[in-house]
Amino acid sequence: MKKYTQKVLDKYHHDKTRLMDILIEIQSEYGYISSEVITIIAQDLNMSEVDVEQTISFYHFFSMKPTGKFSIYLNNSAVANMMGRNEVAAAFEKETGIKFGETTPDGLIGLYETSCIGMNDQEPAAIINNRIFTKLTAFRVKEIIRDIKEGKEIEKMFSASFGDGANRNALVKSVVSNNIRKIGPILDPDYKVGEAIKKIIKMTPEEVIAEVKHSNIRGRGGAGFPTGLKWEFCRNAEGEKKYIFCNADEGEPGTFKDRVILTELPRLLFEGMVVAGYAVGASEGILYLRYEYKYLENYLEDILKAAREKNYLGKNIMGKNGFNFDIRIQFGAGAYVCGEESALIESAEGKRGEPRDRPPFPVEKGYLEMPTVVNNVETLCSVVKVILNGGDWYRSFGTADSTGTKLLSISGDCRNPGVYEVAWGFSVNDILEMVGKSGNVQAVQVGGPSGSLIGPDEFNRTLGYEDLATGGSLIIFGEHRDLLEDVVLNFMEFFIEESCGSCSTCRILPTVLKQKLEKILNARGIAQDIADIENWGKFLKASRCGLGQTAANPLLTSIKNFRHLYEEKLQTAKEYDTGFDLSAAVKDACEVTHRIPNI
Amino acid sequence: MNQIVNITIDGIECMAQKGQYIVDAAKDNGIYIPTLCNYPGVKPRGSCRICTVKVNGRLMTACTTPVSENMEIINEDPELADLRKAIIELFFIEGNHFCPACEKSGNCELQALAYRYKIMVPRFPYAFPQRELDASNPKLVKDQNRCILCKRCIRGIHDEKGRTIFAYRRRGTHVEIGVDPKIGKDLSDDLAQKSMDICPVGALLVREKGFDVPIGERKYDKQSIGSDIEEKR
Ligand SMILES: Cc1cc2nc3c(=O)[nH]c(=O)nc-3n(C[C@H](O)[C@H](O)[C@H](O)COP(=O)(O)O)c2cc1C
Ligand code: SF4
Ligand code: SF4
Ligand code: FES
Repeated sequence: MKKYTQKVLDKYHHDKTRLMDILIEIQSEYGYISSEVITIIAQDLNMSEVDVEQTISFYHFFSMKPTGKFSIYLNNSAVANMMGRNEVAAAFEKETGIKFGETTPDGLIGLYETSCIGMNDQEPAAIINNRIFTKLTAFRVKEIIRDIKEGKEIEKMFSASFGDGANRNALVKSVVSNNIRKIGPILDPDYKVGEAIKKIIKMTPEEVIAEVKHSNIRGRGGAGFPTGLKWEFCRNAEGEKKYIFCNADEGEPGTFKDRVILTELPRLLFEGMVVAGYAVGASEGILYLRYEYKYLENYLEDILKAAREKNYLGKNIMGKNGFNFDIRIQFGAGAYVCGEESALIESAEGKRGEPRDRPPFPVEKGYLEMPTVVNNVETLCSVVKVILNGGDWYRSFGTADSTGTKLLSISGDCRNPGVYEVAWGFSVNDILEMVGKSGNVQAVQVGGPSGSLIGPDEFNRTLGYEDLATGGSLIIFGEHRDLLEDVVLNFMEFFIEESCGSCSTCRILPTVLKQKLEKILNARGIAQDIADIENWGKFLKASRCGLGQTAANPLLTSIKNFRHLYEEKLQTAKEYDTGFDLSAAVKDACEVTHRIPNI
Repeated sequence: MNQIVNITIDGIECMAQKGQYIVDAAKDNGIYIPTLCNYPGVKPRGSCRICTVKVNGRLMTACTTPVSENMEIINEDPELADLRKAIIELFFIEGNHFCPACEKSGNCELQALAYRYKIMVPRFPYAFPQRELDASNPKLVKDQNRCILCKRCIRGIHDEKGRTIFAYRRRGTHVEIGVDPKIGKDLSDDLAQKSMDICPVGALLVREKGFDVPIGERKYDKQSIGSDIEEKR
């Protein structure tokens, strides 16, 4: 272990800011990071051990205890549950004889839960030793566990066929399906690599920025900041070096369109990063990729290598003197909050993924204190098309305020879950028709847990920055679903699990609010509880980042649009109820003393 | 070169130095903005959120936001008062704070803020968490029951090589403070005292020392927190 650790430390030049990479390599090699290794790393990097540990203990996929030779991470998102996850989870526990959170005594198998892994269109899904297993059934679980016990290699454990498109590529070989259902200008497979680079090197960086501004494109990662303006800020900021980050953390439950781009159109994405680099004057690009997509690593590295050989990356790109730009992949290690741009930068610097205080913004002071642009995968891809076809062309799609097209990740109760590229301005009704609804739709979650839960009387609303802004996730719930139990409660648990824990409000309040919801679900609620949720939820607005600021949204938007579901469950005769269950509280004591409670 | 900028706080016209954080600018003008995670001389980290003010209508933390020309800041309105009260209450329900038995009583900033904001009982239900008291360090006792996770110890205390002695562990509701088992062991008396002083509450206490000043005669027993700043107006 000592030797290996030393080798990894050498590989990363004993650079503290590469701690994430160091830990990832050690975790993958041994299945955990031992205290012995922590001591070596701490000494080598001139850090204290608690400091190393504070990074390790932040991330879901790092562990200080052995996680099993085969570590199974089963997704626990709302849609996974809807698609039969409980049955699958029970099968895993039955076949392995352990509970979630445990490893088998022989150290062979570990069972863990994990937040949405970006496979909502093919749930229930799990990650086993960095490989994805989709559409699991109890039967399939039996096979998998049998294979593991028989000592089969993970590569040989897949069933007969791989997924579609590049999922079959020799370097991917994954059972994941792209499920591309509707193609538009971004997903158009008729794309020739390098054309945009050839075009921009004949333009000045300012002209590139002007064209992007003219297209009116706004960030596709959720916040919707105008991309051209962001680039201009960064270009004008002072710094010896500038960086382009592609945000491929894609952690919002229900979102998976970036996964599909990364699989089918990685060259388009990398070209977008080169364009951004040229415009901003950056020499390094970093693709921050969520650990859940580790199965794409070899494939993506291979494409980067080919791009270097073709001089799309590297020195004096395509003959343009002084235009140097290269890209590296930085993996995360399981933390939704790392999708927040400043947390992402912190994480890439080897630290806990805690969002920074802003100002200063990343465009002024980002990665290693240098001006940094962070853009979503889809944004960078769209920009290539803007360069190729012009801002005017781009504006011909969508609406005045929301130009262009948007990739939607649609899952839940519908016939054709998958990725759809549509022009902005589509209504929710149009979408439901497009995806083939099955039965009556009770509600749609627009924009993931941080967005809103809307009902049929709002299905005529349109997607766009002027009405329903969304990073692209839509989850459809049929009339047989219990919205409070299956959806709202699950989303609250997600935020509680994923908070970085640094703000008082975001660390403490969501749990308080969840308990209120549980009280109502347990038939102990009173009218005041709904009012409390509404009043207390507001305090979260004082949190540092979007996670905390929106953490009450599952409750607040469902109370607004589905108040009757809450009211139905209230006790009408009571004005006061602490929710405290005395008989349950004294149950153990009564059993021990053989007394019957007289309450 | 110090550049002066003009700002208003609750309509009061103030002058401040360019680049100065709002809390400090307010302080120079005799206006108290409550703080908990902020500590003089230590890089701010807006984590407690108690200093939240409205800047041109938006909620911002005064300890991390620099002033700029013509900034309009609201420090006192019913909404902010309720928010700050709620935050203090959240700290009380999150941990286990039995003030009468605490060495820091009277010197504790959380307790002092609770008095200032006239908190009788929190509106939120107590969490009553199971928390640990760590007495393994020869110089310090760390009581996680009282820790408000302000990170002042993490940011402010380093050994001679610049390494942190305190650090966060885990995330979300599970966050706690870890004390380094190795370099923490050789903590000097001076650094141990500094750690205790930097902690706004009674989560870090120097061992074998206590109640030198009787309760009732301590800092905030005599004077409300922030009143020293307001006296200067
Ligand atoms: C908790 C949280 C998670 C986020 N996750 C992502 C993400 O996975 N991908 C993404 O592109 N943006 C995410 N964002 C938004 C980013 O902070 C940022 O706005 C975005 O990456 C900027 O790129 P764009 O302008 O191209 O949209 C997240 C924001 C928050 C607050
Ligand atoms: S809002 Fe939550 S996730 Fe964001 S910085 Fe604060 S504690 Fe961390
Ligand atoms: S121990 Fe004290 S200083 Fe450190 S985080 Fe906790 S409350 Fe703050
Ligand atoms: S004092 Fe500003 S956030 Fe704590």
